Amino acid sequence: MIKAEDLITKCNPTWCPGCGNFGIWGAFKNAAVKKGWDNTNSVIVAGIGCHGNFINFIKLTSFEGLHGRAIPVATGVKIANHKLNVFVFSGDGDSLGEGGNHLLHSARRNHDLTVMIHDNELYSLTTGQTSPASPHGLKTKSTPFGNPDYPINPVTLAIAAGATFVARGYAGDIPKLTELIIKANQHKGFSIIDILQPCVTFNKDFNHQFFLENTYQLENHDPTNKEEAFKKSLEWGLKQIPLGIFYQEEKPSYEETLPQIKEKPLIEISNIRKNLDDLFRKFI
Amino acid sequence: MDQVFKVKIGGQAGQGVKYSGLILGKLATRSGYNIYNYVEYPSLIRGGHNVVQVSISKTPVYGPSKKTDLLIALNQETVEKHLEELDENSYILFDEKNKINATNKQLFPIPLSELAADAGGEILTNTVALGATVALLGGDIDLFKSLIDEEFVDKNPKVMENNKNAAQLGYNYCLKSFKNKIKNILAKQDNFQSKIIVDGTEAVAMGAIAAGLQFAAIYPMSPISNILQVLALYQEKYGYIYKQPEDEISAINMSIGASYAGARSMTATSGGGFCLMSEGLGLSAMTETPLVVFEGMRPGPATGLPTWSGQGDLQFVLNAHQGNFPRIVLAAGDAKEAFELTMDAFNLADKYQTPVVVLVDKNICEHNQSFQLFDISHYEVSRGKFTKEIVENYERYKNEPDGISNRTAPGTGNFFITNSYEHDSFGFNTEKIEEINEQMEKRMSKLKAIANNMPDPLLFGPEEADITIISWGSNKGSILEALKLFNNVNFIHLTWLSPFPTRKIKEKLEQSRHVIDIECNYSGQLAGLIREKTGIEIIDKLLKFDGRPFFKEEIVDKINSVLKRS
Repeated sequence: MIKAEDLITKCNPTWCPGCGNFGIWGAFKNAAVKKGWDNTNSVIVAGIGCHGNFINFIKLTSFEGLHGRAIPVATGVKIANHKLNVFVFSGDGDSLGEGGNHLLHSARRNHDLTVMIHDNELYSLTTGQTSPASPHGLKTKSTPFGNPDYPINPVTLAIAAGATFVARGYAGDIPKLTELIIKANQHKGFSIIDILQPCVTFNKDFNHQFFLENTYQLENHDPTNKEEAFKKSLEWGLKQIPLGIFYQEEKPSYEETLPQIKEKPLIEISNIRKNLDDLFRKFI
Repeated sequence: MDQVFKVKIGGQAGQGVKYSGLILGKLATRSGYNIYNYVEYPSLIRGGHNVVQVSISKTPVYGPSKKTDLLIALNQETVEKHLEELDENSYILFDEKNKINATNKQLFPIPLSELAADAGGEILTNTVALGATVALLGGDIDLFKSLIDEEFVDKNPKVMENNKNAAQLGYNYCLKSFKNKIKNILAKQDNFQSKIIVDGTEAVAMGAIAAGLQFAAIYPMSPISNILQVLALYQEKYGYIYKQPEDEISAINMSIGASYAGARSMTATSGGGFCLMSEGLGLSAMTETPLVVFEGMRPGPATGLPTWSGQGDLQFVLNAHQGNFPRIVLAAGDAKEAFELTMDAFNLADKYQTPVVVLVDKNICEHNQSFQLFDISHYEVSRGKFTKEIVENYERYKNEPDGISNRTAPGTGNFFITNSYEHDSFGFNTEKIEEINEQMEKRMSKLKAIANNMPDPLLFGPEEADITIISWGSNKGSILEALKLFNNVNFIHLTWLSPFPTRKIKEKLEQSRHVIDIECNYSGQLAGLIREKTGIEIIDKLLKFDGRPFFKEEIVDKINSVLKRS
């Protein structure tokens, strides 16, 4: 079993003091230690944004791709070696803006990925412009007179797109987030956690105090009821931000439906094809 | 007389024109001949004018021609559109109900649609016409019928029977009515080897399977869609996976992800899709993840001419993406070359851990050509420096003299970071000057290693010549056809464009008396590359950008005009 210190790298986190990323980092490491996620069974794919720096601070094999493109890279990894736990770290700008299309289609196809959206409702690495998750009216560097656009609701969107595990977590509650990440990974199919994460530097509205006061844990909610899940996902307001699993559906993952990899992962199947005359002869 | 007999079949989209061309091609190859099929069609599923030219010859035939010896007109429009390709000896086979205004030609009116109706419906018109053609060209009607058996084996038996009847009715009518005009074009040869008929998309797909392809993500786009269709069909049989992604951005990123995880991976697209893939191309190079990309060229910019051919993407593919990184760019001249280069591309990508782009133009993608059965006995899958073992203190981007570090896969137990950010030898982000310099130089040094191991450009024709043609891509076919007529013209055919064979090309061009650059683009992009690399400016260019290929005659005329001047 791995220990927390096994996950330490030579790099210290470069996030701002108080950044929500610390909570997500902590929760993920806790989950990794609890479940034994290590370099023999797990891989991380990250996008670009403050979250992307994550890969430098955890000793788990990773691929940091391009802005918005973490999900398709992770999809390729999972198809090539479905034995691996494939974790996607992404942000609201990364997967709701630049890579929105990939999120929709990956959810629809039910690839067995665990996607965590570091949702700070802002573009913070580029020092504070509006994001697809920023509230209407928010004053940012790109919307000095208030955001004219209305935000995407990632939870509603994910349920509608066909994700089979849809949850919301809060970066400030590490034990609960740890539990959510483990459950998301245990789920066979496309799992997504929208993680509310304060940006203490550029987003003064959504700070820890706001989330502590206004979130609550979903209770007596049946996550297999899609209609109820939609209803709950639409809830957002003072004292009215639900956390927990909104929706979960048992359904074969994309990788489980592929006959080619029923027996073993793609990369373990011999690809030496010495004689193809039967194929060539089809063209005589 | 020209030893290549050219049959052109024309009709509306939906009348089975391309299919008829393939059947006629198979009739020819199975009787011992070589063929080259050239297809023209607009971007429509029904309606619009479709034609296929089937060139038949005892010796290999490489490209299309402007002349037609037999025109099979499935509708009236075909005769009007192609009259100028015919001379007084040319045959026109047409439906007698159509009014043909063609003087000074050999006319063969046949009640095509009437006979088709007798056999089961007007949809059989093309089969009647092919039956008549078999008679007219001295072919074997039983061979045609056995081809119908093969083609319709999975269909309704009634459809098969109707087709065979239609073929026989056309054959009988023609034989009876035009007994004195029968030619000896399809008479069965003695002792010949079986040939395959493939287009470039089939050749690429088969090359990829032969090379041990494990994963392909391809978004449909003309002219490469058939690559994915062939790959999709055989994936379970050969144990690889084809995935249709949501867009080309996803296609290239999925392929990179699968390759990173250890699977031989590819994607394919046309110029427009390659625009979207450009960011992924650099990701492959920066992360040093092997990747093979096929780019099937059609004329641009924007939507351009979706169903026509072009060679305007060369400079784009050579320069796409920001910054500097090593890339290998290959270009095929025909389907056979596409097959061989595909197999090479996978080994090169693995060996040098960098993207390999294979350019094919639409003329190669969609035009059928006959070849000897492909042979892969010489091919070895080589994964390069790739290990699944645990390596102590593993450095993914360790600086090595040839620029190539040991690669491994996630799940092996090794810790490593594969990073699009500039990184140190372990993969951690870096902004330190010495590490930045080391990694850039490490990556770029691969180019030298590649250049030291690349093959020489191909030279066709005599070592010394009055005219040297330099070209690339599908122009090869028509240039080779033209070369059959001259003994003082040679031809340098480039299949490696990055790295560029600078020294060899410079040497050759400096020795040449007169150089002609031939390309299907507006600006002479290869000539520009040659000037950039060698300093030699080629003044005489034969360029074309109307979506059509070069025809043999255009090249012959060009050569003659230069010879006349000198």
